[in-house]
Amino acid sequence: MRKLIDNNTTPGFSTKSVGTSKKHESADRHVTGKARYIDDMPEPAGLMHAAVAMSDTARGIIRTKDVSAIKAFPGVVDVITAEDVPGHLDIAPVFEGDPMLAHQQILFHRQPWCALLSTSTNIARKAAGLGKLEVDAEKPDLDIHQAHQKQNFVRPTHQMKQGDFEKSSASAAITVSGEVKIGGQEHMYLEGQVALAIPEEEDRISIYTSSQHPSEVQKLVAEVLNIKLHKVTVDMRRMGGGFGGKETQAAQWACIAALLAVRNRCPVKLRVPRMQDMMLTGKRHPFQNSFTVATDEQGVIQATQANINGLCGHSADLSEAIVDRAMFHCDNAYYLGAADIVGYRCRTDTVSHTAFRGFGGPQGMVLAEAMIEAIARKTGEDPLTIRQRNLYGGAGRDTTQYGMKIEHNNLPDLIQRLTESSEYWQRRESIKQFNQQNTVLKKGLSLTPVKFGISFTAKHLNQAGALVHVYTDGSVQVNHGGTEMGQGLHTKIQQIAANEFGLDIEHIEVTATRTDKVPNTSPTAASSGTDINGKAVQNACLTIKQRLADFWAEQNQGNSDAVTFKDGVVSLDKAQIPFADLVQLAYMNRVSLSSTGFYKTPKIHYDRTTGTGRPFFYFANGASVSEVTLDTLTGEYRVDRVDILHDVGTSLNPAIDIGQIEGGFIQGMGWLTTEELLWDDNGRLLSNNPATYKIPAIGDTPREFNVELYPYPNEEDSIYHSKAVGEPPLMLAMSVWCALKDAISSLTDYKEDPKLDPPATPEKVLKAIQALPADSLTVEVLSR
Amino acid sequence: MISFLLNNEPIHISNIDNNCTVLEWLREDKKLSGSKEGCGSGDCGACTVVLAEINKSDDGLNYKAINSCITFMSALDGKQLLTVEHLEEQSQLHPVQQAMVDKHGSQCGFCTPGFVMSMFALYKDRSKGSNDDLNRDNIEHALSGNLCRCTGYRPIIDATLQACDQPAPDKFSKTESDVVQSLKALPDNQGVDGLHLPKSRTELAALINKYPDARLVAGSTDLALEVTQMYKILPQLISTRYVPELNSLTIDNKHLVIGAAVTYSQLQDTLLNEYPELNELLTRLGSLPIRNQGTLGGNVANASPIGDMPPVLLALDATLTLDDGEQSRSLPVQDFFLDYKKTALRSGEWLRDIRIPAKVNASFLSAYKISKRIEDDISAVCAVFNLQVENGVVSNLRTGFGGVAAIPSRCAALETAITGETWNRETMLKGKAILANAFNPIDDVRATAQYRKDMLVNLWQRFWLESQNHNHTELRVLQHA
Ligand SMILES: Cc1cc2nc3c(=O)[nH]c(=O)nc-3n(C[C@H](O)[C@H](O)[C@H](O)COP(=O)(O)OP(=O)(O)OC[C@H]3O[C@@H](n4cnc5c(N)ncnc54)[C@H](O)[C@@H]3O)c2cc1C
Ligand code: FES
Ligand code: FES
Repeated sequence: MRKLIDNNTTPGFSTKSVGTSKKHESADRHVTGKARYIDDMPEPAGLMHAAVAMSDTARGIIRTKDVSAIKAFPGVVDVITAEDVPGHLDIAPVFEGDPMLAHQQILFHRQPWCALLSTSTNIARKAAGLGKLEVDAEKPDLDIHQAHQKQNFVRPTHQMKQGDFEKSSASAAITVSGEVKIGGQEHMYLEGQVALAIPEEEDRISIYTSSQHPSEVQKLVAEVLNIKLHKVTVDMRRMGGGFGGKETQAAQWACIAALLAVRNRCPVKLRVPRMQDMMLTGKRHPFQNSFTVATDEQGVIQATQANINGLCGHSADLSEAIVDRAMFHCDNAYYLGAADIVGYRCRTDTVSHTAFRGFGGPQGMVLAEAMIEAIARKTGEDPLTIRQRNLYGGAGRDTTQYGMKIEHNNLPDLIQRLTESSEYWQRRESIKQFNQQNTVLKKGLSLTPVKFGISFTAKHLNQAGALVHVYTDGSVQVNHGGTEMGQGLHTKIQQIAANEFGLDIEHIEVTATRTDKVPNTSPTAASSGTDINGKAVQNACLTIKQRLADFWAEQNQGNSDAVTFKDGVVSLDKAQIPFADLVQLAYMNRVSLSSTGFYKTPKIHYDRTTGTGRPFFYFANGASVSEVTLDTLTGEYRVDRVDILHDVGTSLNPAIDIGQIEGGFIQGMGWLTTEELLWDDNGRLLSNNPATYKIPAIGDTPREFNVELYPYPNEEDSIYHSKAVGEPPLMLAMSVWCALKDAISSLTDYKEDPKLDPPATPEKVLKAIQALPADSLTVEVLSR
Repeated sequence: MISFLLNNEPIHISNIDNNCTVLEWLREDKKLSGSKEGCGSGDCGACTVVLAEINKSDDGLNYKAINSCITFMSALDGKQLLTVEHLEEQSQLHPVQQAMVDKHGSQCGFCTPGFVMSMFALYKDRSKGSNDDLNRDNIEHALSGNLCRCTGYRPIIDATLQACDQPAPDKFSKTESDVVQSLKALPDNQGVDGLHLPKSRTELAALINKYPDARLVAGSTDLALEVTQMYKILPQLISTRYVPELNSLTIDNKHLVIGAAVTYSQLQDTLLNEYPELNELLTRLGSLPIRNQGTLGGNVANASPIGDMPPVLLALDATLTLDDGEQSRSLPVQDFFLDYKKTALRSGEWLRDIRIPAKVNASFLSAYKISKRIEDDISAVCAVFNLQVENGVVSNLRTGFGGVAAIPSRCAALETAITGETWNRETMLKGKAILANAFNPIDDVRATAQYRKDMLVNLWQRFWLESQNHNHTELRVLQHA
């Protein structure tokens, strides 16, 4: 049934470029400091620097905006407020509610209400502190539970329903309920938000932005300036990290810079300092999810009811789709039986939360794993056994809560392999022994799977464009709609184009993403970058190849179908010609050497009125096993060992794929362990810098970290049968959270399911230990 | 003037904004944009550069990674500044760069120049002589100040192993003696307007007298944040790095005398030689670049209730020497901290040195730090216990705590109650009861008051367990101690 990569997908497959661990296309420039980020670009003549002034209150009606002190500050040349915006003030991506600068109302603490331009960054930042904003302050609503109670939602509630929950749960042997509060996450891309706007002739403008969505920046800049889109060109070479945090959140800075540039007829740079970046941009949504799940005696799920609450902040931003994705993923890899899933988008007076690797999926999947853990402790079975029993598969157990049939489910096999390679059951025994012998330290072990749906759930976004040029020396320039943020997209694209033309990758240059090369692009998000842009690039290459093949066949009176492109040579039977020579010949014979390419993902649809459909082209799967040791006196812990088996289909570049898996895992581990966002009662973000918000450091990487790729191709017709890898590995880190719960549960001989809301900081771990019912403890616990 | 080598180019600066950081100077004045700003607060390492200085034996160079974003220009005087742009040799990558490429150590690449420079410092450090095998501990130590949000670090660890395990001579080895000569040829400088480099305590006193609003700068790892994070303007800065009394490190049979401007990296061997128990706390204080710059004196003078060294000094009964250029006086460290960030320093006075008593035989010392992240994090609670037991009876107990009050504090109630008791479980429990109510800590971003209280009690219990742990059961999750 399973086939290895189909060598005949395209004529002339060359294994030299695709499927090998080519280095990142910018690797040499990264290590020498030559890779240019926006703040590194040579400054254009007359460059001025912008900064924003921020509100000290979280909510209220604005009475006055006083910018006189800013204006008077030496070096300040211009100040703007909302009133100065010629076009749209609202720069919300999908719905509405995200003003470029606060207008009549303050919506969250530190909301920018004025922007200024000055001769240096230092002056700009100092002057920004001098603005005076008077607000009739109101008490901010910060609590997700309250927002739900008050029906204070940024978007309507959505429901997914299969079967009859009441009926199916009534007869069940076991019913468990629970709730899990899940923290948000700061993106902490190492390169902060930044934009550079350069006015061109008359009303034209060029924008350099660190954005995952150049086309949207183009649109919003045009709307703010009240000009047509064709006057705006956006250029995006690389980001110093994005992770979703530059999907919608990059636009504001570009728009402000653009307006200041146009008003003052000078280039403008706006670089947001780290602390402001952390306070002013949206984060991963905190969630509060509850469930009731009914199972048979074996712990096999019969019915599931779940309430999913996303804390969206003050506006919708992308929250509609994010909470949808949480709902789509609250099954993780398990059949939920009769399911009734309701998703709420709660509004609070905080910064508007946004995309972050996984896009709500992780918060849904944590609910699924919380259910499994609760069932396992109730039945007394090892959680792994419960997980395996509940995986999709078997008659009547293969349809999701949104009515999609699960095909090609490789998780049972994948988990079996990982169980063996990680020696799960042997280690389970030695951990039990360790725990009996050590009174202070306790170990925990957990295996958790990941099943992540690939495609944008907004169907129209599943399209991509490319533009490929072949030059007369045989070198190739490729442009496409995707953006490079470190994920290695351009490297994979380079490999794809090289493979298509049968060239070494040195002949392929992938250039900056530009709205004047490929228009109307989708954001580089939803892990889709390589899937859709790779196909679009392939299609562009195929068009050019077809022309060259036709031409070469005509020259040799042969059949163009028999022409191959391999190792730099184009062949038709005995008629061989170096690629570059053929290109020159074709050029002399007036054959077009440039083409666009287009791709749209097939098969997908979703009907929001019924809550059913096939929103995903396929699923990317994986599983991980984590072992932790925790200190019952302090709640401190370490992750001893992690084993991962992950499914990327046929890997286009194993090194890059493994890099995504490891990086995603560690980022997910940070989200679930040390990365704690805290706001005070006034809506002020307390964890507002890297000194107070702790992402994993080098010592947090597990000492034993085994990562393997699951060696089978994607059954769907994706680019060379590979699978998307950007987001899914983040959720592999759930095994760390579950292993911590497992270690705590060991204090009760695995009878209690401890309540450990992520992020599981040492403090929360200790609290979970202290909260275990006294009569459940089976060993002495020193901290009680 | 301030004089230094930028790679091999002598630079003499006679006029510069005194608040300018090395990173700003590199990026804005020199247009060397390889070093990045990720945070501007010393937390991420994207700005890491290396300073080479003449070693103690006067014949070679020591290379130290520092955070250029929180370093003022005065720190460069007399040194060689190396950035990521300087490592290549005729467009041939340096071994640390090549290893990062080979091991796929960069994804978005923004952290990479910083990592490369930390790796380079390790490379040079290990080039000096015979080495043990490079292991995870050494690597974590060397790269503790660099954050990467993309890779998960594994490829970076592998790259460091590849490059730094057996470092071969590199292009800097060839020019080392020339650089030593060039550094020696640099003039003796006084600094620039607003950024002074006094050479003696008399000069220091005179400057303080002349500029009463001046701030002293040692490593600037606290002070610079006022500029880069709070956008303050510091009109006058006086660097203590050339004042001899503040830069000496001596041992007599009674005391370690640590000049206030001695960095953690400089004092580490001496202090740990006497008190190896402090290894964990010292290596978890900030990151390597922070310890390369930061000083014990700065930690004390900063008087933060969450500084890590004051609790140690309290528990070790250290004394401080304060000086105003004419008179010096000595003060037990516990009398130094008056109130939140308020110290006993009089106007015109500075901290000269810290005197730590030599170790008493049969003492049992532990210094514990509780933080969300093990590496490079600020303590939620720091607890230090220094106990002497004679014939099973406690003859002396000294304690020091951080994060539980407005100032670093001892717990006198505990010390008195325990002294004279048999060191057994009952005594431990008695101590628990006292510590449970000894302090009224606050809720903040690092921990709740309750957790802090719990930690006081539980760390005391850990201390007892460790003192009883004769069969060496594993009691800590920490892997590197
Ligand atoms: C990323 C990062 C991590 C950190 N982690 C830790 C940590 O884990 N634990 C910890 O305790 N600290 C930590 N710190 C804080 C800081 O590094 C230490 O407090 C350090 O010891 C300060 O020393 P310094 O030489 O840099 O002081 P400086 O910044 O130079 O000076 C600090 C203050 O002391 C004054 N001062 C300096 N010398 C004297 C003197 N001789 N007499 C009188 N006043 C003087 C200065 O005017 C200034 O007000 C961290 C800082 C950063 C940026
Ligand atoms: S820029 Fe982050 S440490 Fe300097
Ligand atoms: S490679 Fe992106 S932060 Fe390290």
